[in-house]
Amino acid sequence: MTSRPDFLNILGDASLQSATYTATGRLMAKRKASADSLPDFEALRDHANRIKRHAIENLDHYLEQLESNVVAHGGHVVWCETGEEVGHFILSLAKQRAAKLIVKSKSMTTEEIDLNERLEQHGLEAVETDLGEYILQLAHERPYHIVAPALHKTRFDVADLFSKRLGVEREVVIENQTRIARRVLREKFLVADIGITGANFVVADSGAVVVVENEGNARLSSSAPRIHIVIAGIEKVIPRAQDLPVFLKLLGRSATGQPLTVYTSILAGPRRAGESDGPDEFHLVLLDNGRTKLLADPAKRESLFCIRCGACLNHCPVYRKIGGHNYPWVYSGPIGAIITPQFHGVLRDPWLPYASSLCGACAEVCPVKIDIPRLLLDLRSDVVQARRNKGSTRVERIAFRAFAWIASHPRLYARLGAFAALLAPRGEDGWLRRLPFFLRLGALQKWTSERDLPAPASQSFRQYWHKQMKGRQC
Amino acid sequence: MNREAMLETVRVALERKPAQAIEKPPAVYLPVVTSSMDQRIALFTAALEELTGRVIRCSSGETACDTVAALIAGKRAIASSASCLKTCGFTDLDGVDSEFSDGAAYRQACSEADIGITSADYALADTGSLVMISGAEESRLVSLLPPAHIAVVPVSRLLENLDELLLRIPTPADRTSSMVLITGPSRTADIEQILVRGVHGPGEITVILVDE
Repeated sequence: MTSRPDFLNILGDASLQSATYTATGRLMAKRKASADSLPDFEALRDHANRIKRHAIENLDHYLEQLESNVVAHGGHVVWCETGEEVGHFILSLAKQRAAKLIVKSKSMTTEEIDLNERLEQHGLEAVETDLGEYILQLAHERPYHIVAPALHKTRFDVADLFSKRLGVEREVVIENQTRIARRVLREKFLVADIGITGANFVVADSGAVVVVENEGNARLSSSAPRIHIVIAGIEKVIPRAQDLPVFLKLLGRSATGQPLTVYTSILAGPRRAGESDGPDEFHLVLLDNGRTKLLADPAKRESLFCIRCGACLNHCPVYRKIGGHNYPWVYSGPIGAIITPQFHGVLRDPWLPYASSLCGACAEVCPVKIDIPRLLLDLRSDVVQARRNKGSTRVERIAFRAFAWIASHPRLYARLGAFAALLAPRGEDGWLRRLPFFLRLGALQKWTSERDLPAPASQSFRQYWHKQMKGRQC
Repeated sequence: MNREAMLETVRVALERKPAQAIEKPPAVYLPVVTSSMDQRIALFTAALEELTGRVIRCSSGETACDTVAALIAGKRAIASSASCLKTCGFTDLDGVDSEFSDGAAYRQACSEADIGITSADYALADTGSLVMISGAEESRLVSLLPPAHIAVVPVSRLLENLDELLLRIPTPADRTSSMVLITGPSRTADIEQILVRGVHGPGEITVILVDE
């Protein structure tokens, strides 16, 4: 996770450029078609925004309501401030229950806290079961896209990876690759002790978690092992189960253009009397990990409305060029550009809020109407403020102060202007192709090595004006 | 304790006091649509077929039974405990397992079967979805582990959409530990955006709509 990404690397990679462009373009077209087919799509966005705002602004109330309902259904709620605490909880639970194998379905929240690494360090195997995530786990990479994590991998990459890591024959047909993953992972599902899933929504009035997916791996993770652990950010709470249609209609369409994803699981507590399958234990981990920092800023807390559909990534001209791995954290694209600085502090990756043309496409497609461009501007202002407070721009500050002083003294300004004009290089044919020796310094030299500047005039405008006016009567 | 500390941090961030009352939440948005049964059936069929699911309409339980028998044709199937499957005789068909002595045997059977046969508590017309509520009749794994899924659904259970479902069941969690909406066969597009069906769940889905 470098703070200075190597953009040249990806910009020069023709196949990655085309993969990113094709995939995001396809997702854009699918989103548009499915949104257009729903007459009240815009009304749904407004409703979603209102519900999220209400839930976030009364979060403490809904968290408490949620907890009591989870407990009422026989579940257990774990409150964790950090990823470390989550790791600690899972490790100690696994130890108590003598659990060895964990199956996991796709969850950005667990990516955020590097859960797999934490567990692996303690000898606990956690297997990703979403096909894209499984590929990335074998390749030791992090998601390239919130919704399509392995968007940058080709069938040939996957063929190499499977043959190397799984010891199977090299297979380049995507259908067969999928069969291989199904076979390998099915065995894991049937013997795993613990299943970990994320949650797309957590419903306060029901104590339920809602998981959407297309493959069936989240259903398996939550139903086959004897222990189900859900890891959810505290911002995932919505007040009522009856709010679900609004969000479900928006989420599938915004993410992949599906009216509903293949599986939508509404889960509450462990298996009940009379049910023939399902886990014996149900644990809901509520994670802060910096979310309360976002909550504390009324102007920016709407960043927490995000339902992780990935639409802003697909529509962002910057994401489409630089791809998902050049963003400094697990969340990429416009949403990453607004939440990462708030989680990590704006000075860790100060360029991030500037990684946008402010074209506004992200805000136009956001299903919960987060005003991303406005938040980017706020964060840019925060970057400037933080730098000022840190004093890292002292030279700049002195320079501007000096300039202000000179500029507010007209005679001095005129003299200095005339003096600068004397020193100014003349250039050739009105263009300056090389800087004079005393300006060939560091960044200035680099910046001008590929650029020609118009040559400065030999006299200032004031001098010119005086000469023209001499002997004339107005 | 973490709980108190976290809740307190949230309250401080929001400038709220413990147990402070909340403003009224925004009104629930569940627009009601009503169409005729024929329209719903047409809508359901079109939606599911677009996802490569199959919809077969049968005029009675007996014809449904014959249809399913033909679909099984020598394969191994496992049936859920849905009462409508029992009364129509699906569980007596050749190659169909149902009652199990214990959980392990049931799980084993689910993972070895070629076809899982269930009913569904509801079906949603506009998206072609099945609604599976875990309980004495339906379970989680029968519709999940086998590579093919057949659902026998009386037409009377066909609702308009998700909104109507949540109007009928305002808090699903009060009724079950698991309510799952199934909308078409399991699928992925994780490699090069190429659509592949049957990743972890069934790659084939057939819904038998039974009149009655």
